[in-house]
Amino acid sequence: MLKIEAVSKTFAKGSINERRALDNINLSLDKGEFVTIIGGNGAGKSTLLNCIAGVHEIDQGRIWLDNVDISFYPEYKRSRYIGRVFQDPMLGTAFDMTIEENLAMAYARGKPRGLRPGINKREIRLFRERLALLGLGLEDRMKQKVGLLSGGQRQALTLLMATITEPKLLLLDEHTAALDPSIAKKVLQLTREIVAEHQLCTIMVTHNMKAALEYGMRTIMMHEGRIILDLEGKEREAMTVERLIEQFENRSGVELDSDRLLLSQ
Amino acid sequence: MTVMALQGSLELGIIYAIMALGVFISFRTLNMPDLTVDGSFVLGAAVSAMLCSQGRPLAGPLLAIIAGSLAGCVTALLHTKLKIQPLLAGILVMLGLYSVNLRVMDNRANIPLINKTTVFHLLQGTPVETYAKLIIPSAILLLVLVLLFLFLKTKLGFVLRATGDNDQMVRAVGVNTDSTILIGLALANAFVSLSGALIAQYQSFADVSMGIGMVIIGLASVIIGEVIFGTRTLLRRLVAVVLGAILYRLVIAIALELGMPPTDLKLVSALIVTLALSMSAIKEGLYSIQKRFNAMNRARGGSA
Repeated sequence: MLKIEAVSKTFAKGSINERRALDNINLSLDKGEFVTIIGGNGAGKSTLLNCIAGVHEIDQGRIWLDNVDISFYPEYKRSRYIGRVFQDPMLGTAFDMTIEENLAMAYARGKPRGLRPGINKREIRLFRERLALLGLGLEDRMKQKVGLLSGGQRQALTLLMATITEPKLLLLDEHTAALDPSIAKKVLQLTREIVAEHQLCTIMVTHNMKAALEYGMRTIMMHEGRIILDLEGKEREAMTVERLIEQFENRSGVELDSDRLLLSQ
Repeated sequence: MTVMALQGSLELGIIYAIMALGVFISFRTLNMPDLTVDGSFVLGAAVSAMLCSQGRPLAGPLLAIIAGSLAGCVTALLHTKLKIQPLLAGILVMLGLYSVNLRVMDNRANIPLINKTTVFHLLQGTPVETYAKLIIPSAILLLVLVLLFLFLKTKLGFVLRATGDNDQMVRAVGVNTDSTILIGLALANAFVSLSGALIAQYQSFADVSMGIGMVIIGLASVIIGEVIFGTRTLLRRLVAVVLGAILYRLVIAIALELGMPPTDLKLVSALIVTLALSMSAIKEGLYSIQKRFNAMNRARGGSA
């Protein structure tokens, strides 16, 4: 479904702040594959997602989605096939518009936006059903503005918006990092359910090693813009957080000093 | 205040309300401080006055709509394609429009329309003839208001509104925000230009400097409307802008009645908007002073 071929990205080229964020990345995802990505700060996790989504243009390499070369598609064009949830709960929704209006905009993903009514009765029924599945009571608040929702509710809504048209690829960029632990867990569970239900090809960046092993079917570790570990199958099942840290230190040659990674064991 | 003066400011308020709706689209819906307004208002007036003086009063406002939307497109393209800040893009277009407007006006600074047939003569011979200057702008405003409301409720209107809220989200659902900004600014300046076109025919002249501070008047109307009539629903917001524009005209009329020299008008407008924009800072400052005062009192009480 997704094929990333020798992709590199350098920020601030030619300046003293030059930083190689992605260094010859190769990655292939099958249809329905759910991959988690871990790594310290500056490992290139978010950059990789942003390069796939088209926020940053890549310097070298190619990105294919469902056999279409999307390497040079602008961000909005890629979004027709890619659903996204961001770390910041504010980024996924329009706060001054209602829940149903936000869903309606997401539901029109990939379709022309004309002068037809922004939302119709059939859509409202569909949204109500889908919102009820979240179990947050949002189905009774559809006419309320999103600005009134909590961070967790917004992330759940953004997740629904990102998946309601069943995109070819779902990108989750630390989408639970800004939430309270209990709400983060709930959103992760919802993520698992929705991904499983639609068999979505998914990449989830996380700073939580436990979650990285617990969710999805494959785990990738990044360091300084490279993929240093790619775990799946039995090898992954047998993996523990402790051994993962050990592996990281062996392969990267540095001691794991990222507090966030250690604290979230 | 005489009934005449009251009716006059009501008429002006209704025409300026169309301009205020345009400012609402750029400042509130798109969240972009678009200063093109000062130029596109005159552009509309110039186009309208020229056509009116050639005996085609109806073609004026219609062509003004097109001219205004083109001006908005230029500002949008400067911002989206050439990456110039919105504020600066608007100022650049406003500046350029000054020359364009003079060209439209045949290099004259002023086009008088004395004894010319204007759109306000449309109702001549009907029983409501004396209220033509109230009825015709009201009908146009109502049409504009309804069309804008319906537009903002369409699929395209949704993403236009969301662009001002969160442009990242709009791109994430597959929409090119460059396009929504283009459409939004074109629409906003079409409204402004239409308003200018009607004002020119209403006051029987177009002047190349009549647009100075127009964006501030529009913003004042938007803010007055929001403060007094609220922002709960979209329809309420739009109606609030209209009422804000009318209220602003009434306030100005009363101030003039009380003896304020007309030359001070711009200063007063600037003060009103400054006050409105600094409302939250003033509130916070007062709260902070109150807290310090209370703390001081407590300290004194404790030591006594």
